[in-house]
Amino acid sequence: MSVLEVHNLQTHFFTDAGVVKAVDGVDFALNEGEVLGLVGESGSGKSVTGFSILRLVDPPGRVVGGHIMFRGQDLAQLPEAEMRRLRGNKIAMIFQDPMMTLNPVLRIDTQMIEAVRAHEKVSAKAARDRAISALAKVGIPSPAERLDAYPHQFSGGMRQRVAIAIALLNGPDLIVADEPTTALDVTIQSQILAEIQELARDTGTALIWITHDLAVVAGLADRVAVMYAGRIVETGQTDAVLTAPGHPYSVGLLGSIPGHGQRGERLTQIPGMAPNMAHLPPGCAFAPRCFNADERCRSDAPGIDEIDTGRALRCHHPLITPGVSA
Amino acid sequence: MLVYLLRRIAQSIFVALAMMVIVFFGIYMIGNPVDILISPDATPREIEETMARFGFDQPIYIQFFTFVGNALQGDLGRSFVHGESAVTLILHYMPATLELAALGLFFSVLIGVPLGVYAGYKADKWQGRAIMTGSIFGFSLPNFWVGMLLILIFAVELRWLPSTGRGDTVDVFGIRLSIFSENGLQYMILPALTLALYKASLVTRLARAGTQEALVQDYVKFARAKGVSETRILFVHVLKNIMIPIVTVLGLELGSMIAFAVVTETVFAWPGMGKLLIDSILTLDRPVIVAYLMMTVLIFIVINLVVDIVYTILDPRVRVTGGTA
Ligand SMILES: Nc1ncnc2c1ncn2[C@@H]1O[C@H](COP(=O)(O)OP(=O)(O)OP(=O)(O)O)[C@@H](O)[C@H]1O
Ligand code: SF4
Ligand SMILES: [Mg+2]
Repeated sequence: MSVLEVHNLQTHFFTDAGVVKAVDGVDFALNEGEVLGLVGESGSGKSVTGFSILRLVDPPGRVVGGHIMFRGQDLAQLPEAEMRRLRGNKIAMIFQDPMMTLNPVLRIDTQMIEAVRAHEKVSAKAARDRAISALAKVGIPSPAERLDAYPHQFSGGMRQRVAIAIALLNGPDLIVADEPTTALDVTIQSQILAEIQELARDTGTALIWITHDLAVVAGLADRVAVMYAGRIVETGQTDAVLTAPGHPYSVGLLGSIPGHGQRGERLTQIPGMAPNMAHLPPGCAFAPRCFNADERCRSDAPGIDEIDTGRALRCHHPLITPGVSA
Repeated sequence: MLVYLLRRIAQSIFVALAMMVIVFFGIYMIGNPVDILISPDATPREIEETMARFGFDQPIYIQFFTFVGNALQGDLGRSFVHGESAVTLILHYMPATLELAALGLFFSVLIGVPLGVYAGYKADKWQGRAIMTGSIFGFSLPNFWVGMLLILIFAVELRWLPSTGRGDTVDVFGIRLSIFSENGLQYMILPALTLALYKASLVTRLARAGTQEALVQDYVKFARAKGVSETRILFVHVLKNIMIPIVTVLGLELGSMIAFAVVTETVFAWPGMGKLLIDSILTLDRPVIVAYLMMTVLIFIVINLVVDIVYTILDPRVRVTGGTA
């Protein structure tokens, strides 16, 4: 059963330099317990997509169109008071930078207990017990004592575990994890990845895992959505996309995974720079950087085509032919 | 931490000594207290006697060392006018000023913090702009004018509150205080509000700036992502962060609040140190003026120390704590 269905999501920033279409017609769906990897270069609109689902886009940004169907109700239309009741309760989010997400002057227990009591009338004691077990679940030693500590008494990895524990507190149906391991070193990153994966599997929580690193997605996600300039350019089962990418941009992203090609050397970079979101080229946004671009690409924007079940591409010249992909 | 405290205390003592020098010589350069203290038709014998009693016949540096020696023992001379020890006199008037300043400070936080937080929250809306415009008045209206306006409105026109004097007092550990008596509190409201207005504007601006800065931080967004209500975000998450600079600035301003009290006390005939100072200046009652200045410096120094300590308590990152996980 689908937990989340996003249709034609549009989130724009109304800046002095013009309207930035950070998210411009994004579609995807997510089933219970499913893990979706949302991949793309910096600035492609991954975080804004995540924040749009929680309706936490900062001004001058605004969700200007589309539907965000969460368990049958459209979050894009939901009154703010009801939206608040869903946040942290049914839909949780983990942020990119663990050093910034916890309030530096409030103790961990305050920050955890309030997350429980924002949604349920339980005693402080009961909320505290739940916080302790959430901390234990994410592998924090002697959680009862650590509750009395302040964020600065934790390392970055530990802080991110606390943030994950907070996300788990109310047993959400959906967690949006915005590059939660990018700021951490590799060993801790893989530890946390393994833990989250296990937790999501155990609780049946659906997960949107945002990252710019396809290698992370490989071991974690059931499906991948590749984002470029505010749009999804390719989606499919993780294995299918990784073994036979159909979009020139996905090919470029795969080429830049360390360890995916020849060992040791720095691999093919996608040529050119990430586009200026305020002035996207007409036609395909990727055309200026694409090895396969022709006149048609430069004048007509490609639509998204489902080339196979669960496999869709936004490209005039896909690198795989329909029916061939796995 | 202890080392830091000791160093701060040493600094404070140095400041106190330096102030003694400045205050003493400053005062000795103005006027001749003998002329004021002794009536024109006093006999030469009377003059000589008074001169000897106050040590005016000694060279100035002897007078200074006598002064410092006595000061260290808490003796800053006797009032020329009242004949009482100047320190005792000041201490007698001090509680009235301190309680007024404390209530003023309380009012300025009570008014300034919610206004400022709200103005920061609604920074681009008309509410935020209106509050900021209002705070300009708080900054620019002179103290005595505000005081007289308040008297006109609340004492003369509406007759809600008394305008001058101190009202009933209650003895607390032998100190006479109005703040704990209902009648006394009524007398305090207008002068305390007058005193609070400027500081309230300051607090409003500080709180607004802090709130605006805090609201764009990730921890606020994360709190929202937890489903925490906007009220709690503002008055727990944001407030706890902005209280650090506010407490620091307000603590330091408490000293100037006591100094500002001079004008306010005169307008409201509030029998505090400020009024005593004005009276003493008019009569060139030098020991009282010197004692007032010295005591004020002492208050400043103590306040600064306390602010430092409170700051450490408020900001857990400064506090000395256990290891890192
Ligand atoms: N406050 C803002 N004002 C204007 N434009 C913004 C703002 N926030 C985001 N954008 C625009 O939205 C685009 C997408 O930003 P987003 O944060 O979603 O990128 P991302 O894919 O998460 O990148 P990263 O990997 O760096 O986190 C940016 O390129 C930027 O142009
Ligand atoms: S549409 Fe054309 S330019 Fe765009 S990705 Fe496909 S081939 Fe490249
Ligand atoms: Mg991001």
